[in-house]
Amino acid sequence: MICVKALTVRVGSFALRDVSFEVPARGYAILMGRTGCGKTTLLESICGLKSIASGIITLDGVDVTALKPAERGIGYVPQDGALFDTMTVADHLGFALRVRRWSRSDTTRRVAELAELLDITHLLHRRPHGLSGGERQRVALGRALSFRPRVLCLDEPLSALDDATRRQMYDILQRAQQHEHVTTLHVTHNQEDADRLADTLLRLENGVVMDIPCRC
Amino acid sequence: MTQVSPVESATVEAPTVPHRVGSDRPFYICFGVIGGFYVLLIVLMLAADAWRVVYDPNIATWTSPHAVFAALAAPEIQYAIWLSMISCTLTTIFSLWVATPIGYLMSRHEFRGKVIVDAILDIPIVLPPLVLGLSLLILFQFAPFRWISDYVVYEVPSVILAQFMVACAFAVRTMRTTFDQISPRQEQVALTLGCSQSQAFFAVVLPQARRGAMTAATLAWARSLGEFGPILIFAGSTRMRTEVLPTTVFLEMQAGNLTGALAVSLLMVVAAVIVLVLARLFGLRKAVVR
Repeated sequence: MICVKALTVRVGSFALRDVSFEVPARGYAILMGRTGCGKTTLLESICGLKSIASGIITLDGVDVTALKPAERGIGYVPQDGALFDTMTVADHLGFALRVRRWSRSDTTRRVAELAELLDITHLLHRRPHGLSGGERQRVALGRALSFRPRVLCLDEPLSALDDATRRQMYDILQRAQQHEHVTTLHVTHNQEDADRLADTLLRLENGVVMDIPCRC
Repeated sequence: MTQVSPVESATVEAPTVPHRVGSDRPFYICFGVIGGFYVLLIVLMLAADAWRVVYDPNIATWTSPHAVFAALAAPEIQYAIWLSMISCTLTTIFSLWVATPIGYLMSRHEFRGKVIVDAILDIPIVLPPLVLGLSLLILFQFAPFRWISDYVVYEVPSVILAQFMVACAFAVRTMRTTFDQISPRQEQVALTLGCSQSQAFFAVVLPQARRGAMTAATLAWARSLGEFGPILIFAGSTRMRTEVLPTTVFLEMQAGNLTGALAVSLLMVVAAVIVLVLARLFGLRKAVVR
């Protein structure tokens, strides 16, 4: 469960003030809003990448407000995937596990499991250079899910994809969420993303997050 | 003032004559001539050096290759060659060690006084070389530098320090640009994946900065090889002691041995070109592998 209470973030002259919302445990929330309204800032604050002025962020009842990004247990997928140019796809999937000192056999098993789940087994020895947009996002998703985070934050992960790939990604995202039982917060401005994926729909407007009944 | 209503402005029609643009040829000829002039000047300069080594126009005779090799085989020049190679390599290593953290901090972080630090980092580049050497000499008259002055000033370490002061400034600039070009997003993702700041740097950022580091190393090595002013003042020009290749050119010129000076100059040109080509080839291969 993601619980944000009275969050205030300032970035230069822009500010989000007193933002509060909740995403139920194992839920899939879509956060919508116009360009520049602060969706990414909000997501980065939850991940610990932006320092906040005030407020409380709890994940599954644990207050993570003062924790470093590494200690929050959040899988993060940015808009462009931000893959590591010098690593293979297998290195990406095993990166967080090596940082956490998982055994080699456990890492290998987990990498294989994720590769199968995301249908990227054939890409394991490739580097990011030359991967298609959909492949890049599947690798980024696998990397974010690898260490079994309790929360997954997706920042417009489908915005650069064509319609066919986008629809393929819907299935993959749903499959991954059901398999990993992860609470997901997905930022987008595409209504179809919300219709296909959301069980909680949130809208950020004028610094206020509103709960909207889902159409799905 | 004439008031134009929106309706009136909307009725203005496009001219019926088709829009035409002139040829692009004058533009490219102009730029090509200006650029070509400079490139030609560089090539002619090097060619003149090479020609003068093999042919002496004053006495209209060809110089024997033996004379050139004999000049290079002189013990003083051999010593200068080795000291230059070793000091330049050490300077390059030290410059990379220092330039990497400075370049990273200057690229990624905003802090009070950054503008001043930025200006200070440029001082070795803009300072006249002789002034830099003199400043180092003066610095070693004060404690704690004075305590090790006997082992540094006019000794081999002074050569390395004089080269380092300039070469490092160029390496810092290059490394900063390198880190500027690497998206901080990847580092942020690494942080969410469980990395500390240092883990994110060494596992994600530094491997991507490899080509920039190679460029910085090349630049630092080439700068060190050509460094003369600060070395002359801070290290002196003692033969078989603090003599590096630029010092040799200077000393041979003063002694009237133009063939020796030119032979050494040509050697430096060849060394610089080899390093440049190797660095380019290395960078190119990496790019293809990616």
